[in-house]
Amino acid sequence: MIAADTLTWHACHELRLGWRDWLSLMTAGGRTRARNAAIALIVFAVFMHLFAYWLVAGYANADLSSGPETMIAITGTLLLSWSLLLSQAMESVTRAFYARADLDLILTSPSSARKVFAVRMGRIAAGTVAMSMLLAASFIDVLALRGGLRWLATFGVVAAMGAIATAAALALTIALFRLVGAKRTRLIAQIAAAIIGAAFVIGLQVLAIFSGGTLSRVAALRSSWMIEHTPNASSLVWLPARAALGDWTALAVVVLTGAVLLAAAIVIFSARFGDHALTAAGVSAGVVRQRRVSLAFRRRSPQRVLRQKEWTLLTRDPWLVSQTLMQILYLLPPAVLLWVTFRDGSDAFVVLIPVVVMAAGQLAGGLAWLSISGEDAPDLVATAPVPSGRILAAKIEAVIGMIALIFAPMMAALALDSVYGALVLAAGVLTAAGAATSIQISFRVQARRSQFRRRQTSSRVATFAEAFSSIAWAATAALAAAGSIFALAPAAVAIFILIGVRAIRPTQA
Amino acid sequence: MAVVMITERPISLATRALSKRFDRPAVDDLDLTIYGGEFYCLLGPNGAGKTTTLRMVAGLLRPDAGTITIDGIDALADPVEAKQITAWLSDEPMIYDKLTPYEYLEFVAGLWRIDPRVAEMRAKELIAWLGLEAQAHDRCEGFSKGTRQKVALAGALVHDPKLIILDEPLTGLDAGSARQVKNVLRERVSAGGTVIMTTHILEVAERMADRIGVIANGRLIAEGTLDELRVKTGAAGTSLEDTFLALVANEAAAA
Repeated sequence: MIAADTLTWHACHELRLGWRDWLSLMTAGGRTRARNAAIALIVFAVFMHLFAYWLVAGYANADLSSGPETMIAITGTLLLSWSLLLSQAMESVTRAFYARADLDLILTSPSSARKVFAVRMGRIAAGTVAMSMLLAASFIDVLALRGGLRWLATFGVVAAMGAIATAAALALTIALFRLVGAKRTRLIAQIAAAIIGAAFVIGLQVLAIFSGGTLSRVAALRSSWMIEHTPNASSLVWLPARAALGDWTALAVVVLTGAVLLAAAIVIFSARFGDHALTAAGVSAGVVRQRRVSLAFRRRSPQRVLRQKEWTLLTRDPWLVSQTLMQILYLLPPAVLLWVTFRDGSDAFVVLIPVVVMAAGQLAGGLAWLSISGEDAPDLVATAPVPSGRILAAKIEAVIGMIALIFAPMMAALALDSVYGALVLAAGVLTAAGAATSIQISFRVQARRSQFRRRQTSSRVATFAEAFSSIAWAATAALAAAGSIFALAPAAVAIFILIGVRAIRPTQA
Repeated sequence: MAVVMITERPISLATRALSKRFDRPAVDDLDLTIYGGEFYCLLGPNGAGKTTTLRMVAGLLRPDAGTITIDGIDALADPVEAKQITAWLSDEPMIYDKLTPYEYLEFVAGLWRIDPRVAEMRAKELIAWLGLEAQAHDRCEGFSKGTRQKVALAGALVHDPKLIILDEPLTGLDAGSARQVKNVLRERVSAGGTVIMTTHILEVAERMADRIGVIANGRLIAEGTLDELRVKTGAAGTSLEDTFLALVANEAAAA
């Protein structure tokens, strides 16, 4: 029996909440889905191991005597992973700040708020470390299997990276809080998290485009410029890479650094966490006054009213904006590639088209969920004197309209170089967006927009179908842009996916 | 004499043999007749089928069997026409956090195809009537439950419905807000509108309803004015609470 109000007791409480939250995220709240979720996780693990084998098996024999190329590759991969972890940790810290949840209970109880918040920060760190372990495990397993157990040291490096990412996220978020205030921190932190998550990938891709004219990140890491400008072998920069390669001293230093930084962050920030969270909770219930040029009601059709509503709600929600921004950010490298292509007059746009089509499909899936499933006033819309078909049509138009608006500049720019390429891109973008929207219609649920984060767990079939559909349409567009008749093959696969989705869609109430 | 006068009034809502089954019958062969300009309260214990009945009338649920007629319109055959003259308000105000009350009312008016000038005038009246002037251009995200319910009520009234369907509209409201909502509803009935409302606050039904229907196990077990219900239970002079509990107890004993 653990004594009440001790650190261990609070940790057990947080662990239980965290576990149930994760379980609910995996099973979407349905008990019958637990088995399906377990099967899906096993399939995912097998897939990840196969993918990892294909990707890293060739590097398993690398060791401390390997040259700078290996060190750069490992360090680059670790940095890439760390940027994603930092992004995830910032998202978690921001969410912890702005969720009122049990704040009143904690702050009105005789328990030490500092102790509770210290444990809560520990939970964020544990979550970040667990996620990093989960994603890295398949790669480390493959490396250990092929190159020896020394690779298991990488688990220690990954755990330390998770701890450092949480410490940095706490410091960054609290610094933002003090710098710009509670009102703006949420928006800025969420956008920063999205940018940090994408920045490293995008940076490398942009570098690769300029150095090799491709979207390959590996090309950038292997470039001669990079090798020439790296520090010497004894530099501290290589410490994490050395630890991953089985240097036990380096591993001890890395793990210790992670633990010390996290402990320091918890000790420093736990005292003020409650105050900040209280201020943030006050802000979330604050007043936002909306100004309009004209207050007169406008004459519009119900469809137009519905479309306008969707666009207004989307543009007014900073969290949703940051989530969609993440996907749009990945369009930056293709945009740069487009610019480089246009400048050089080469035909590299064929590489660009599938990337953009894929991004359009994924973005449309998110927007379609928000518009079709994430309706905050379903009763109002359902009791309006508008046929349900027209309501659905208006929502689809809102999604496709938004996609067209976002991707139009890229299509226009491509048209300057190749009208045919631009037409293929336009067709690909609209088809992929339409297909993703159709999948969301088939699997629509009644939810609130604030549940957007959990949309991918509400139906895994929809998530996978959406991803595979986007990939198939991207392949179709790429082959069509290259003028190949084989474009029909992935198009057939994409249509088959849509037919399959229609066949297995749940019965709508 | 009073009964003769009521039956001469036009029928605003009629359900015949209305049935809906989930894992058990939720509404069972329900016949309900509500007259124009009437304030009708539907009472019943938890799970009696009140909300299911109202959701079917509002077009949110498809019945398994039976008919629904609103102001002479077959609501199942022509739902769009029926919805044009109907408003629905539930206990949980579902409004858009990122819209202001003013924008919300414009959105509702657009859905109901109300002339913008007329809708704007009504919106301003409702905003003033419900004491929402100060918050009219603030986003709804920070509003209290009472204010949100008032915004939702304004949305339900902005298209001037003939039939207003309310499911526990006073739940969680403070005394002042509840009074405002009740006043607005009473005004609508005085102006010829029809209100059908479920409530667990029996005092509200006692004070406001022209007629009361008591539903249990999906069936209408009693209906009439408060005095008629008292006569039915053989307990003249008792409160509605005593009458209601006696009716439900009799039904439970009979089942």
